[in-house]
Amino acid sequence: MNMVNLKIDNINVTVPDGTTILEAAKKVNVNIPHLCYHPDQAVKANCRVCVVDVAGSKKLAPACSSYVYEGMEVQTNTKKVRDMQKGILELILANHDQDCLKCLRSGNCELQALCQRFNISKTNLDETIEALPLDNTNPSLVRDTAKCIKCDRCVEACQKVQEVHALTHSHRSVHYNVAPAYEMPLEQTFCVLCGQCSAVCPVGAIVEKDDTAMVWDAIQDPKKHVIVQVAPAVRVALGDMFNLPKGSIVTGQMVAALRRLGFDKIFDTNFTADLTIMEEGNELIQRLTKGGTLPMITSCSPGWINFIEGRYDHLLDHLSSCKSPQQMFGALSKSYYADITGIDPKDIYTVSIMPCTAKKFEAKRPEMKTNGVQEVDAVLTTRELGRMIQSAGIDFVGLEEDQFDNPFGIGTGAGAIFGATGGVMEAALRTAYEVITGKELPALEFKGVRGLEGIKECTVDIDGLELKVAVAHGLGNAKKLLKQIDSGESPYAFIEVMACPGGCIGGGGQPIKSTMDVKAKRIDAIYHIDEDLPLRKSHENPAVKELYEKFLGAPLGHKSHELLHTHYHSRGMKYNFKELMNK
Amino acid sequence: MNSTETKSFGVLTRDLALKIDSIIEKHQSNSTKLIGILLDIQDVVPRQYIPREVAAYVSEKMNIPLSKTYDVISFYAALSDVPRADYIIQLCDSVVCKVTDNTVLLNTITNLLGINEREATADGKYWLEYTPCFGACDISPAIRINGKVYGNLTTEDSIKAALSQYK
Amino acid sequence: MSKTVSFITENFGKYDPYSIDSYLSIGGFTAIKNALAMSSNDIIEIAKKAVVKGRGGAAYDTGRKWSQAASVPGDNKVVICNADEGEPCTFKDRNVIENDPFRLLEGMVIAGYTVGAQNGYIYLREEYRHLRSLIQNAIDQCMEKGYVGDNIMGSDFSFHIHLYSGAGAYVCGEGSTLIESIEGKSGRPRIKPPFIKECGLFLLPTLVNNVETLAIAAAVLQHGVDEYIKYGTPESPGTKIISLAGNVKNPGAYEIPFGLTLREIIYDIGGGIPDGHNLLLFQLGGASGKIGPASIIDTPYTYADLAKQGLVVGSGGVLVVDDRTRVIDFVKSIQDFFIHESCGKCTPCREGNRQIAKIIDRFVAGNPKPDDLNTAERFANIMSNCAFCGLGETAQSALLTAIKHFPQEFDLEEVAVK
Repeated sequence: MNMVNLKIDNINVTVPDGTTILEAAKKVNVNIPHLCYHPDQAVKANCRVCVVDVAGSKKLAPACSSYVYEGMEVQTNTKKVRDMQKGILELILANHDQDCLKCLRSGNCELQALCQRFNISKTNLDETIEALPLDNTNPSLVRDTAKCIKCDRCVEACQKVQEVHALTHSHRSVHYNVAPAYEMPLEQTFCVLCGQCSAVCPVGAIVEKDDTAMVWDAIQDPKKHVIVQVAPAVRVALGDMFNLPKGSIVTGQMVAALRRLGFDKIFDTNFTADLTIMEEGNELIQRLTKGGTLPMITSCSPGWINFIEGRYDHLLDHLSSCKSPQQMFGALSKSYYADITGIDPKDIYTVSIMPCTAKKFEAKRPEMKTNGVQEVDAVLTTRELGRMIQSAGIDFVGLEEDQFDNPFGIGTGAGAIFGATGGVMEAALRTAYEVITGKELPALEFKGVRGLEGIKECTVDIDGLELKVAVAHGLGNAKKLLKQIDSGESPYAFIEVMACPGGCIGGGGQPIKSTMDVKAKRIDAIYHIDEDLPLRKSHENPAVKELYEKFLGAPLGHKSHELLHTHYHSRGMKYNFKELMNK
Repeated sequence: MNSTETKSFGVLTRDLALKIDSIIEKHQSNSTKLIGILLDIQDVVPRQYIPREVAAYVSEKMNIPLSKTYDVISFYAALSDVPRADYIIQLCDSVVCKVTDNTVLLNTITNLLGINEREATADGKYWLEYTPCFGACDISPAIRINGKVYGNLTTEDSIKAALSQYK
Repeated sequence: MSKTVSFITENFGKYDPYSIDSYLSIGGFTAIKNALAMSSNDIIEIAKKAVVKGRGGAAYDTGRKWSQAASVPGDNKVVICNADEGEPCTFKDRNVIENDPFRLLEGMVIAGYTVGAQNGYIYLREEYRHLRSLIQNAIDQCMEKGYVGDNIMGSDFSFHIHLYSGAGAYVCGEGSTLIESIEGKSGRPRIKPPFIKECGLFLLPTLVNNVETLAIAAAVLQHGVDEYIKYGTPESPGTKIISLAGNVKNPGAYEIPFGLTLREIIYDIGGGIPDGHNLLLFQLGGASGKIGPASIIDTPYTYADLAKQGLVVGSGGVLVVDDRTRVIDFVKSIQDFFIHESCGKCTPCREGNRQIAKIIDRFVAGNPKPDDLNTAERFANIMSNCAFCGLGETAQSALLTAIKHFPQEFDLEEVAVK
């Protein structure tokens, strides 16, 4: 690789050819201010906050999109540069709702941090904000264009990564904005509520819908028995909220914190992840042996379900009929758990802690009812839980570790890896192999389905039965596999799809700044959890076995179907053009 | 309910859909020709605009996300997402027509038709909009009516003469 | 009118622009014929000798541009004719197309041959939609007679020309934005690098030339470069079509040799200011151009002389403004234009224009705030230094030069409503 020598603020730097000034500056501990730049996205260079002075150039150059060259001399901190960077920040701030104290992103807002750095509080500009009405009518996300700085990161996430195309930039000049087509509210679009937009927003223009207040209320309500389940991906990310090293495993502290918050019982979604494997694994075996639509596709990711229901509703038969682990837990909490505790399902308040914004929508689906009540009453994202812990004044880092409660407190390594892309597939294969062959699996780990590559595939030899499987994360990748099915060329028997890049550890509800590097660390942590567990196959989970013995009967049995399986429906198009043309 | 075709779709009738189909076909269903396609469609939609349902129809037909079609429609000044009129009067509002004084022109049009900028007459015949320079500065002050340029409009008579061709 | 010349415009009115036979009868297609007999390098040398600075406004040397385009590797390249003439007070490309569409096509074929392109695209602004059929007719007739299409004039060079329409967006005159528009997208400039010469339309190496530039290329190839550079000055050889308008008696598009003074342009060619009014200022090169006061009217119209006065040729617009217009109203009109035309993508242009417009409005109303002038200047400079594309960079040219030449118009005490 060609190396290039340059000077940044009179400091010599040598970097590979093709490096930007912004990246080169980091090497010598110069942090050039930036807003639209995001390490996982294409360079956009539209905020212009990163402009620097390059010797010999008349204009200032955006550091994020200017590439270094031999002999380049860059100044990042002259009066001219500072004045212009500051001016651009003032321009942004003048059209940004500065109600910072009430903003969910206060303290974690990139604009706020830069304004602090440049000592900007009030500008002498006209601060009339031109914005669209607040969009807060869906269960998952709140969009506030009064805070939008038009960096286009969310558009990139929605269009390029997820290929959902709910969000776009539109109009021009002072009317330029970021919104769905025709400024419709999100729920009237094909938005899948994955929340990837909220995960990359530098400010508070797109945030999760905050449901902490109703959970506080429930906890305080003496009539309510409030239980909580925690998804596998939360325990490797929650530490970010408390400045722990990325990828820290904080399961014990998290359980302790939940107990201090006042939840009556603290359960593990890993348990219902194992249960999902029992149902889904058997469903796959049934489809393979008795005939059924193939490839079968996983159904745990609610963003993914929204996507296929909206855009590929002719392929709904490919979905596993299994509810997600969140909803299986919810269903059991309002049936089995109510039975064994003798508490009326109406008095049980079930909370989930999820890495996901779409889970809020999933919990509100009308079909997700058991014994006449909603299976899950409230869904909090990892970010919301972090805020509750902070709000309660709990010193998270110093907490003594605690353990999940029974009967839903035991999860195997197979349940744990649900949090990473490829995890559901691997867990299913571990069980399917042993159920089909009746033999012990020679090698537990299916490395071919692990990692951050967009689409992974492998062929598994199940005692002579060649099973071709694929894993996709990020809806853009999922779309590629769907197109293959559409054209009749899909070679797979089983496909895992997770809506978010990296799987649930990269979910739209995870702590802000979940960049790809961070996601990789969380995935490592997830596999560590798996390795450290005594049980690593779902069908060996003693609590799951007990559940089948005492309550459910057998996988895919009558009770299972009633409680643990669901059906899907097309999220209807607004216009029926076919009908029009047939008239 | 006697739900009619036009009721459920507003503007998009089967006939219009067929016209749109043939416009798209004329452009080889080529998504890079979206702008030309939308301009052509706008010409055949009554009151010269792209209703939302038409945008949705084109998007579905051409496999383009509606959000992208909307970005294009909202971006370009020559594409309208609000109904205009049979005759679109575009009054050049740029600097040349300002210094050559287009106030007579503007006042005459608003008085004659009783409409202000971005308004249509009640009968849906005329629509008035300001537009940046359309390159008729040699005959400034100027207007365009349905794309045709009329210049040197400094007197009421000259303006009436131009308008009289559109009844 | 003897001060005007007729080189680029020599065919105007001489033939029926709807008829290729009519064009052939006045010696049409000699330029292509001459070009096909030369090597690409020969043509580039001729272009360099002609010193044609890009006539869209950016004034990039055409010979150099062609040479770079020719040396970019790739066997599939594109030539775009930028007919998105959007600068207010600019209509010379319209005149070229209206009067001499075949010469324009010749220019495109020659450019394509020189840089090794297979396809040409004409991006015509929507405002010129009445010229669509004229251009399409010319393309069709050229296809039929073998001047465009496969194996042009029996050679092994093939070049196809496609007509695309804009839809009302000034910013699409910027090369990368124009490309976005041809690709069916909203018109927002692309990030560079990659540069469009390497990765432009449909990701192919792309050459973008203005209508007039291409017409000159054809004229030069027809008559020889010496015929062209005998006009003008040593530094700015050749001729230029200017668009003269505003408060002059004879507005119009005129071909002039470089070196005439602005006085000659405004008074001898334009016939002076009507109704006995006095010259207040002129703006050269369209809305993005700078303004000059009456006191520098004897400046020769060349690249170098104008630059000394802080002016630019730009698109070749010459807008004459007399004393019936207030400077601040003039500035507001320019500001209104950019508020309408900014694409909104980058902060300096979107928010800078938003804020400066409000300040200008206060000056117009006679109630500016004490720091308004400083604030406007500060943010105008931020726009020129930091905007994403040329639109934002030049949007405040008029304001900044107005403040320089007419400081009293921005004096708080002077403008205050008494």
